[in-house]
Amino acid sequence: MSSHSSLIESSATAQLELLMRGDLFSVELTQAYLDSIASRDANVGAFLRVEKDRALAQAASVDKRRQSNKPLGKLAGLPVAVKDVLCDQDTITTCASRMLENFRAPYDSTVVAKLKAADAILIGRTNMDEFAMGGSTENSAFQITRNPWDLERAPGGSSGGAAACVAADMAPLSIGTDTGGSIRQPAGLCGVVGLKPTYGRVSRFGLVAFASSLDQVGPLARTSQDAALLLETIAGHDLRDATSLDRPVPAYSQSVAEPLAGVRIGLVREHFAEGLDSEVASAVRDAVAVYESLGATVKEISLPHSKHAVATYYVIAPCEASSNLARYDGVHYGHRTDEAEMLEELAAERKALEAAKDEVGLSRLDSSLVRMYRKSRSEGFGAEVKRRIMLGTYALSAGYYDAYYLKALKVRRLIRQDFDEAFREVDLIAGPVTAQTAFKIGEMVDDPLSMYLVDLYTVSANLAGIPGISLPCGFDKSGLPIGLQLLAPPLEEERLLRGAHMYEQATDWHQRRPEI
Amino acid sequence: MAITRSDVEKVSLLARLQFSDSELDRLTGELAQIVEYVDHLSEVPTEGIEPMAHAVEVHNVFVSDEVMPSLPRDKALANAPRHNDRAFLVPPVLG
Amino acid sequence: MSQLYTTVIGLEVHVQLATKSKLFCRCSTQFGAEPNTQTCSVCLGLPGSLPVMNRTAFDLSLKTAVALNCVIPKFTKWDRKQYYYPDLPKAYQISQYDLPMSSAGWLEISDEKGSFEPKRVRITRAHLEEDAGKSIHDEAAGKADSEIDLNRTGTPLLEIVSEPDLSSSAEAKAYLQELKLLLTHIGVSDCNMQEGSLRVDANINLHIDTPEGKIATPIVEIKNMNSFRAVERALDYEAPRQFRVWQETGQKIGEAPKQTRGWDDSAGVTRGQRSKEESSDYRYFPDPDLVPVLVTDDQVAEARKSLGELPADLRNRFVQEYGLSAYDASVIVNQGQGVTNYFEQVARESGDAKSACKWVTQDILRLLKDGEQEINAIGVSAANLAGMISAVNDGKLPKPRAKEAFELMLSTGSTAQQAIQELGIEQVDESALVELCRELLDKNPRVVADVQSGKVQAIGALIGQAKKLNPNVDPGRFREICLELAMESSSSE
Repeated sequence: MSSHSSLIESSATAQLELLMRGDLFSVELTQAYLDSIASRDANVGAFLRVEKDRALAQAASVDKRRQSNKPLGKLAGLPVAVKDVLCDQDTITTCASRMLENFRAPYDSTVVAKLKAADAILIGRTNMDEFAMGGSTENSAFQITRNPWDLERAPGGSSGGAAACVAADMAPLSIGTDTGGSIRQPAGLCGVVGLKPTYGRVSRFGLVAFASSLDQVGPLARTSQDAALLLETIAGHDLRDATSLDRPVPAYSQSVAEPLAGVRIGLVREHFAEGLDSEVASAVRDAVAVYESLGATVKEISLPHSKHAVATYYVIAPCEASSNLARYDGVHYGHRTDEAEMLEELAAERKALEAAKDEVGLSRLDSSLVRMYRKSRSEGFGAEVKRRIMLGTYALSAGYYDAYYLKALKVRRLIRQDFDEAFREVDLIAGPVTAQTAFKIGEMVDDPLSMYLVDLYTVSANLAGIPGISLPCGFDKSGLPIGLQLLAPPLEEERLLRGAHMYEQATDWHQRRPEI
Repeated sequence: MAITRSDVEKVSLLARLQFSDSELDRLTGELAQIVEYVDHLSEVPTEGIEPMAHAVEVHNVFVSDEVMPSLPRDKALANAPRHNDRAFLVPPVLG
Repeated sequence: MSQLYTTVIGLEVHVQLATKSKLFCRCSTQFGAEPNTQTCSVCLGLPGSLPVMNRTAFDLSLKTAVALNCVIPKFTKWDRKQYYYPDLPKAYQISQYDLPMSSAGWLEISDEKGSFEPKRVRITRAHLEEDAGKSIHDEAAGKADSEIDLNRTGTPLLEIVSEPDLSSSAEAKAYLQELKLLLTHIGVSDCNMQEGSLRVDANINLHIDTPEGKIATPIVEIKNMNSFRAVERALDYEAPRQFRVWQETGQKIGEAPKQTRGWDDSAGVTRGQRSKEESSDYRYFPDPDLVPVLVTDDQVAEARKSLGELPADLRNRFVQEYGLSAYDASVIVNQGQGVTNYFEQVARESGDAKSACKWVTQDILRLLKDGEQEINAIGVSAANLAGMISAVNDGKLPKPRAKEAFELMLSTGSTAQQAIQELGIEQVDESALVELCRELLDKNPRVVADVQSGKVQAIGALIGQAKKLNPNVDPGRFREICLELAMESSSSE
């Protein structure tokens, strides 16, 4: 193969070293990835937009500054793909929704601003489930993303584009978001590393909200070393996000190579119950055996409320989403229905009701403003988004708040308490990311509840606010990647990364590549 | 708490969404299934448990009262579906 | 009309807090800017934007709540109140629902003219929330597009809700006046109704005595009242209207939904407003973007300390320290801090609180009303008025000419001393005055005789003559000396 392919198959950390030594120009590296996108993305569909010109200009600027010994940011010259849910000033941010097809934010999200300040090359915007709702990226209004390991299969989601572009070597690093598993699940299904930080570790400012109390931004990469590099770039306190944590950011990329001596690993009894694919189960058990061989002690633990996590999540997330997405009403930005058509439609309805002397119907007829809202929103949102808005609106409506939302908030605390309890006895919790490997595109589109249950092992971390990482730990008979999930107490991202790294050193799963 | 089609219709107005009859039928079934699933939460004993609205225990986050520049008006209106260079426009609110 | 019913009124007052920037972003709150020039990604509700709370807004709320004698809970949080309206860009208002930052306070009201008994009006709660923007509708409603201006969106408001403790429009007005006095006094709001920094909604119904016992009529909420006078008029209109409706329909509370009516000031009537049946389902839930606020006892104590003397304290002190009547103390304090400070300075520097009170409540207040000018802009400074009162008391300025001196000081800004010189007022020497008395008594034996026979008022006829001869004569002293001399001549006979 060309030197191109060995270049883009090397780790971001290795590329950065070459760049810093002056042995590689960012323009070269960026072009290599642009070429990779040009040849592969027609099949994969990971990118919604490739920022070719801007990326090359940025890369040229970095090269020029490096040559003249000007100070450079910590990712100087490295391409990074960004999920299309983080605002990037004056460019389009769609959230893979018709609603925001033409929306240009007049500001940078904090994460994008930090990437720019680090002189990362913003190579393009990746596909996702609309407004990050979904686990397959099939809910994108614009395109399907395919799993690089099997193009008939979904890459997972909602950060499906983010995972697929790394898996197919179309970007060395990418940014995803995780509300119920949306980084870890696609990372697991695509065979890459994905980390969901502690809630508050990375600023949410400029992240288009899905469920505000659960959303976190995090890195996807080929290795834990690369993920550490990206995490330390984007993490940190932000005065513009009241929920961001005012705590120093450790130098993750420095400490990641230190193994965790005598680490105590917990295996959750409830994770190995009915529904877990036997190949996934054995891959996870094998991974745990690897840890034991590295000096870890393993203990079975219980998270008794984990069986309620999906139900809790599917109350809290839709409730918050129904509120967060109320702003898309076609008044100040976003899609607005054709007003003339809408007024005609209303007039016709009124006429029909009047002819039928239907007083009740007339009294219930929408005002033109209400109809404008309803049509704009119904046209702008896809089916899954509407389903969740309906669910959340119902659960928050008069008479149901206590039974659903308040109840879910209480169970949420119980779930968190289970973790607090468990982390008194173990340092890390290990388990599967998903019960099955990648599923076929279209397999679950007509069965929302089954789709929701895919989040079984991942949602608890979001509810509890704790960090979690997904890393490759094997392949099933069909050659599909299997992910191992590690969970740690709040703000212990360093522990997660070191734990992942020591496993990578003992295995080579992360070095395998899909044939594409 | 079984969700009915009339509930779904009411909620669709609250949520400012509009569905066709067949969409309402399908949605009623889907939501009923999901609601039935989440109804299991009622079986979890939660007496004396404080609701957890935030994933982290952070309190008293403030910024100081200082004026910073606002967006230029053309930027503020740039994404509006309809505007007249000074205000956002909507169909008559009264009427 | 004999009292067929009692009126029950509760008021919801929204006051704009005196911050420079908005509640959740750093846009200016300055009134009167061009539409949509004071907005940003946060107050436009753009995707991805997040609110962060303005510290001053919270501090001012706390100060107000303490001044309103509220209970301050240790934990408070913010909730989203969800409804769709074009001037509400997020489609929810950040407000407080079940755990407001204060509750259970009170405000004492009274009327110096005694039209009602002093009473404590209970405050249900005061909570901090954001304002919405402004919709500008076409005059011919329903014809042209509505324009949306989001400058006001996100402005900090304190909503102060009273219990239904008010039983007349006069009480409602007194409550509003006292509230405005308090809030402006402690500097938390300018309470300018024209600029929308104080807005009032009223809830009103009637308790009617019937042979079957006391019944309550359905509650009506009145909106669109743009002045205290409008509140008074609207309530005066609404109570008898509800009584007529009750006579026609017999509807009791609970038998009809709560109605919202708008006050039409030019027509002098309230009119029913269209209500959407589902509009009240606000689907409140805790805002996940904002974190709770914990308030310590120390912070409450600090806020209390920062209040200083409140209007009610001032009234009490003026009665005790300066011997003013309760009426006069109220008249002064109710004018606000400017007049109150002015009075205190005059009283202290002249050492004559009674005269200070008289000049302030009569002459100064008349000036404020006439010219609608600020107390600080008045030509006679507090120091100069004090100097003038002292000059009178020291005999340097005859009392009858004080008014003249005051007018001069008012137009020129001069001191009492300068005015006295300008007017050519000189103190009349005692011996010259005795001489003048003798001369006039001698010329008017009739007056002397009248005085001797007990008609002392006859002296009055001489005062005018004396003033013609010497305008600086102090009529009081002149009278005293004349009487003395007349009686002397009587006893010597």
